[in-house]
Amino acid sequence: MQKTAFPLGATLRYLAIALYVLFALFPIYWLIKIAVTPDRLIYTEGTQIWPSTFTLDNFVSVLFLTDFLVYFKNSMIVSLGTAFFTTLVATAAGYAFSRFHFRGKAIIIALMLITQMFPLLMIIAPIYKIMAGLRLLDSLTGLIIVYTAFNVPFATFLMQGFFDGIPKDLEEAAMIDGCTRFTALRKVIFPLTLPGLAATLGFIFTAAWSELLFALMLINSDDKMTFPVGLKTFVSKFAVDWGQMMAAGTLALIPSCLFFILIQRFLVKGLTAGAVKG
Amino acid sequence: MTAITLNSINKRFGPVHVLKDISLEFNKGEFVVLVGPSGCGKSTLLRMIAGLEPVSAGDMIFGDTRVNDLEPRDRDIAMVFQSYALYPHMDVERNLGFSLELRKRAAAEKKERTSHAAGILGLDKLLDRFPRALSGGQRQRVAMGRAIVRDPQIFLFDEPLSNLDAALRIEMRIEIAKLHRRLGTTMVYVTHDQVEAMTLADRIVVMNAGQVEQVGTPLDLYSNPANLFVAGFLGSPKMNFVAYDDPALNLPSALTNPSAQTYGIRPEHIKVTAPDKNAHLVGTIDVVERLGSDTIFYINHGADKPFVVRVPGIDRTAIGEKIGCQFQPEDLHLFDQDGQAISEHKNG
Amino acid sequence: MTMAQTSSSGNGRGRPLKRFQWLIEPYLYLSPAIILIALVMLVPLVVGVSYAFQAIDLLDPFTTGWVGLANFEKLWADRLFWKALTNTFWWTLGSLFFQFFLGLGLALLLNKPFAGRGLVQGLVFLPWAVPAFLSGLNWAWLFNPIIGPIPHWLAAMGIMEKPQNILANPDLALWGPIVANIWFGIPFFAITLLAALQSIPRDLYEAAAIDGASLWQSFIKITVPFLAPTIAITVMLRTIWIANFADLIYIMTGGGPANSTHIISSYIFTTAFRRLDFGYASTLAIALLVLLLAYAMLILKMRKHLVKGI
Repeated sequence: MQKTAFPLGATLRYLAIALYVLFALFPIYWLIKIAVTPDRLIYTEGTQIWPSTFTLDNFVSVLFLTDFLVYFKNSMIVSLGTAFFTTLVATAAGYAFSRFHFRGKAIIIALMLITQMFPLLMIIAPIYKIMAGLRLLDSLTGLIIVYTAFNVPFATFLMQGFFDGIPKDLEEAAMIDGCTRFTALRKVIFPLTLPGLAATLGFIFTAAWSELLFALMLINSDDKMTFPVGLKTFVSKFAVDWGQMMAAGTLALIPSCLFFILIQRFLVKGLTAGAVKG
Repeated sequence: MTAITLNSINKRFGPVHVLKDISLEFNKGEFVVLVGPSGCGKSTLLRMIAGLEPVSAGDMIFGDTRVNDLEPRDRDIAMVFQSYALYPHMDVERNLGFSLELRKRAAAEKKERTSHAAGILGLDKLLDRFPRALSGGQRQRVAMGRAIVRDPQIFLFDEPLSNLDAALRIEMRIEIAKLHRRLGTTMVYVTHDQVEAMTLADRIVVMNAGQVEQVGTPLDLYSNPANLFVAGFLGSPKMNFVAYDDPALNLPSALTNPSAQTYGIRPEHIKVTAPDKNAHLVGTIDVVERLGSDTIFYINHGADKPFVVRVPGIDRTAIGEKIGCQFQPEDLHLFDQDGQAISEHKNG
Repeated sequence: MTMAQTSSSGNGRGRPLKRFQWLIEPYLYLSPAIILIALVMLVPLVVGVSYAFQAIDLLDPFTTGWVGLANFEKLWADRLFWKALTNTFWWTLGSLFFQFFLGLGLALLLNKPFAGRGLVQGLVFLPWAVPAFLSGLNWAWLFNPIIGPIPHWLAAMGIMEKPQNILANPDLALWGPIVANIWFGIPFFAITLLAALQSIPRDLYEAAAIDGASLWQSFIKITVPFLAPTIAITVMLRTIWIANFADLIYIMTGGGPANSTHIISSYIFTTAFRRLDFGYASTLAIALLVLLLAYAMLILKMRKHLVKGI
């Protein structure tokens, strides 16, 4: 048998992997790079891979001189709220889809699929009017309600996949052992879906953290703005202070990336379980 | 006294009629095995007894209480699942004691009953393990232990041994038989394995296509099968069936019956003789299986299926040789054109 | 005996309740989802459809009411709509093509174990977690010739004469958001395809290898047929999402320069949000919905065919 330290195939594979990593990380790197570049060097050293001097001034001014912390807090409230309520509602619905056969199931699934199909922008105007009627315009609660509804269908299918991966025997055994269906869900099934719950929470958090257009439409006062909307105002307000914007962007990246890194393994697993079935 | 009465039980899944008018009575303390090919409805019936499937029509009665509308937890039953259904996030001790935990029993009682069950099944040293760290046989024991801790009125088993390898299966089979003798609880056991049915059961219920084919003690079913299905299902190797007009068949008129369409004879009830005119059937050996304890001949007599003969011990007759077969009249099973047994010259 | 009778008559009364419970129980779990989706999505959808036949222009509050098909006639004559439609096509196709093939490549690479795979998987999936508005801004930067590196690289490679901002060039500007979208969307395909790859039974490959199949043959004969149903459904969902995904374009070009980069969804948003012409925005949305539905039907038909093929 021939033994080479780096056979051609393996070398190419590692090269390809390295390219993917580079492509994925370079824009994020650039974001951080500009954030730590002193203002006076932004244009002169704009295209250099690393600035000659390094500064945290942009972070300091973003944190203390702008409304960044307000936006950040609002986004946290909205994203956590959305993630929590979506997961709660989707867990119940996913459980029903996974464990019951009932009349009307096909119709409900079809309706949920339709919600994934039409341009959400189509309902932006009616939602604006409805929210105005409910006096939920310019309110974080209104935003949480809307985001929760948007994310429930996908989260439901995700949770259904996780439930499908748990044998039905387990809760039947629990029901014979003395559980009601609900205690079986709480004591036996729920602990086993924790990874799935984590994945769904993280996925929805990230989605809510990113949403821009509905937030633009439904929020207009400064103290209610979520992060994307607030950042958008940086462009006009500060005559595009790039360094600050990128510093704010870097900070905004932290929660969603953290969440995502934690959950992405569960996500692949959850989808695998579902894929085996379908 | 009857433990379970099934009164015209029916089950429909939408348009599919899975169980048709099942009426049975199981006695208290009895070990009943439901046996049949896969898809015959035996597991569905067991799940209905457990309360996991609703009854479409008919009465399910435990003792003198109608339980159709009782939740599984209120039926005082325990069930051992094919997959064992151990709770993966609980250790063995908590798995065993979970039913008592749910009933909020005192810790001391829980401890006592758990260790009692663990003692019976030899699980004492495994109490702090999690199911993923157990072997197949150990998981099986935990599943049974969980049922024992419950001390239920009725034990239900849903193909509990089918995930075990052959040796372990025999071991656990004996274990279950001992358990039944020790506890004396009514047990209902579902399997598709006729050996399990024959060895464990006080009474066997043979099911096919959603209906009960025959109910009786193992030996009763073996000696007097009511129809072709039961005759062919129980016994290994299977009973031979020969059409009345098979040219290879040469029965003296004393043994024949004008309404018999099919003759059945078990492989172990055949005597090998010379292929002369005294032989009841003549054919050529196609395949021989020598098991040491027995020798099994597959004989080609011109029909689609080979005629199987089992003789005890080692028989050196070789492939290609022509042999004759002889049967005792009382071992011959006769079936009419509907496949029902004709029992006139039998003593059962 | 008396006892038995009482209990059985008691159960007789309980029976309809039990039936009822079996019917009702799943809906207890489903009702929050159903109510929420109905109120926030389905009702507005119906209302939205009705807007297309009305004049609802918040900037012009005096002409309101039902206008029949007037909005659709306007749509037919709207040159910007046709431009946006063409752009939608290229935007969706361009994004999807590269997202899919690069995502498939990544999934295949990640499907084989190597040292540091867990870390690599976390890193390459990261773009999916970057909020769209942020990646839009970020890529707008990368394309900016004063502070971004890409124009300089392109110039250095001789692809561009001198460093220019492609986002300012009406002929090329759409490719800016497309590149950003590719970057953003590769992880989605990689995740779903990786999940599908991991559910293909190993022994199939082993059997194929024993039968003498080359790597390429087992890819074509086993991997592709197994992935096909997942591919069909993911491609369909992604097409719809991409076609509806206006954020990147809105952030990076705002539809400009000279309205050259509007896709229908960004045009809808501008019409609703900037011009507050809800009636016409709904008309545009219906046009997009009809196109997407037709597309989804086609894919679902094809998927049925594919699934049968296995």
